[in-house]
Amino acid sequence: MLARGAKAAGALALLTMAGPALAAGGSADASHQWVPIAYLVAGVFFILALQGLSSPVSSRAGNLFGMAGMLIAVATTLVMLDVASLLEIGIAIAIGGVIGYVTAQRIPMTAMPQLVAAFHSLVGLAAVCVAAAAYMAPVPFGIIDPATGQIAVASRIEMGLGIAIGAITFSGSVIAFLKLNGNMSGKPIMLPMRHLINLGTLVAIIALIAWWAVDRTPDNWMFWTITALAFLIGFLLIIPIGGADMPVVVSMLNSYSGWAAAAMGFTLHNTAMIITGALVGASGAILSYIMCRAMNRSFISVIAGGFGGEDAGAAGGTAVDRPWKRGSAEDAAFLMKQAEQVIIVPGYGMAVAQAQHALREMADMLEEEGVTVKFAIHPVAGRMPGHMNVLLAEASVDYDKVFELEDINSEFARSDVAFVIGANDVTNPAAKTDKSSPIYGMPVLDVERAKTVLFVKRSMGGVGYAGVNNDVFYMDNTMMLLADAKKMVEDIVKAMH
Amino acid sequence: MDFIAILSIFVLACFVGYFVVWGVTPALHTPLMAVTNAISSVIIVGALIAAAAPGSPTAKWLGLAAVVMASINIFGGFAVTERMLAMYKKKERK
Repeated sequence: MLARGAKAAGALALLTMAGPALAAGGSADASHQWVPIAYLVAGVFFILALQGLSSPVSSRAGNLFGMAGMLIAVATTLVMLDVASLLEIGIAIAIGGVIGYVTAQRIPMTAMPQLVAAFHSLVGLAAVCVAAAAYMAPVPFGIIDPATGQIAVASRIEMGLGIAIGAITFSGSVIAFLKLNGNMSGKPIMLPMRHLINLGTLVAIIALIAWWAVDRTPDNWMFWTITALAFLIGFLLIIPIGGADMPVVVSMLNSYSGWAAAAMGFTLHNTAMIITGALVGASGAILSYIMCRAMNRSFISVIAGGFGGEDAGAAGGTAVDRPWKRGSAEDAAFLMKQAEQVIIVPGYGMAVAQAQHALREMADMLEEEGVTVKFAIHPVAGRMPGHMNVLLAEASVDYDKVFELEDINSEFARSDVAFVIGANDVTNPAAKTDKSSPIYGMPVLDVERAKTVLFVKRSMGGVGYAGVNNDVFYMDNTMMLLADAKKMVEDIVKAMH
Repeated sequence: MDFIAILSIFVLACFVGYFVVWGVTPALHTPLMAVTNAISSVIIVGALIAAAAPGSPTAKWLGLAAVVMASINIFGGFAVTERMLAMYKKKERK
């Protein structure tokens, strides 16, 4: 409270010196030449925050840079502004801060994808609110064109884009949240003529932004229509996308939230917002690209939707008669204890069963027996990029035992056991050989090359999200461990004693 | 600042983002999303301007609402990132 008071005093002093010109948003007058510099520093700190994530060692320092950058941006803005409503602003920050902090401390790691989706929706809605406020009170934002007395054309385009992207981010993220959180079925919901409807809505939004930018009638409905249509298209875009494609969707919405911030940064001539928006936009776009590449699918086909229903069983017809072997927890424990190297392949099923802690216990016991244990992570395992890594880290698995696909794939041939838990499509060799398979061309983990494959699966009935049967189930060197993932691992641990 | 200057910053920042993000280790992609989430809430700058705006109560309330939302994201995003990063450990082998 003391700090806030001091800040208020400082701001007041600055205000008296600078006079009313100060209220003009991001544009600083002579005595405020430091303001753009401060925003630039904040932007650079955000770059350093991402730079820190290049290694787990430097990552926490990076996060501190991020916080410092945000503090600089907020403090600079508060000092620059009219302080009349500082109390209300303080209360608003306190409310948001408490909600955010408590949520962050309480959220289970398995729920991280939904949390990130929820956070995206807030960025989107905040962008909408800011754009709407700028529309209603353009003077403090410094976006009035002195020649016409109305909002400048460039600012209109930026605000139109900002509110449209913000609204899409909001409604899209809400749907993604509901799907990830299980409030809504993960199955794709297909509307008839959806491509036509989506395309039409998008064209309408762009046309309206262009019209609004040049239109000179003072009261216009166009701004609000753009907003409404953007809310609608965000909703329409995400409902046909299935659960397994959520990593792409979450990354894409991440990207959108960045572009929304960048668009508002253009409106406010604020370098911190522009740099951040570009960083976040690029980050989300790259993650989307990595996810698409890991599924060998084009971004367009993911966005077009309809793939990855929870149980698209159509292609499972060949499953019926082929022989397969069933193993017990004791068999698995015996095989792994005899092994020199075991590679564990976790997937979304491990997250659902919350099996990561039991799995780490199993790995520890194996290591005590002198077995080398490694973890192999496919880029699209789980529901968001890096989902498995976080869960394994939560269970205190050392990160230097966790490997990405390209780093470990050659090692399966040299391993005695591949232990697949809750993953399916990412191990399917059909992706390498069967041109007719929907997952053909997708990079997969070569688990079948290991001497023995232990495949933990709930039942033989279900097929992966792609609706494809997995030949690994029926191989001579495969042993199916049919049970709940967590229970099976716990039983194996017991059997090892 | 004129439009071209701002556009230049934006385009260059896109390139910086491109290279920095490719440098992020895949193991930290979830924290990357959480932290980008937190920093994209720099939109709070716009929210603060709106919340302090004289003359338009609606704009002010919209601004305050945006301040609350952005603050949830800032505090939540950084805190959850910190929580995740603290879990990434490399054990000392005996």
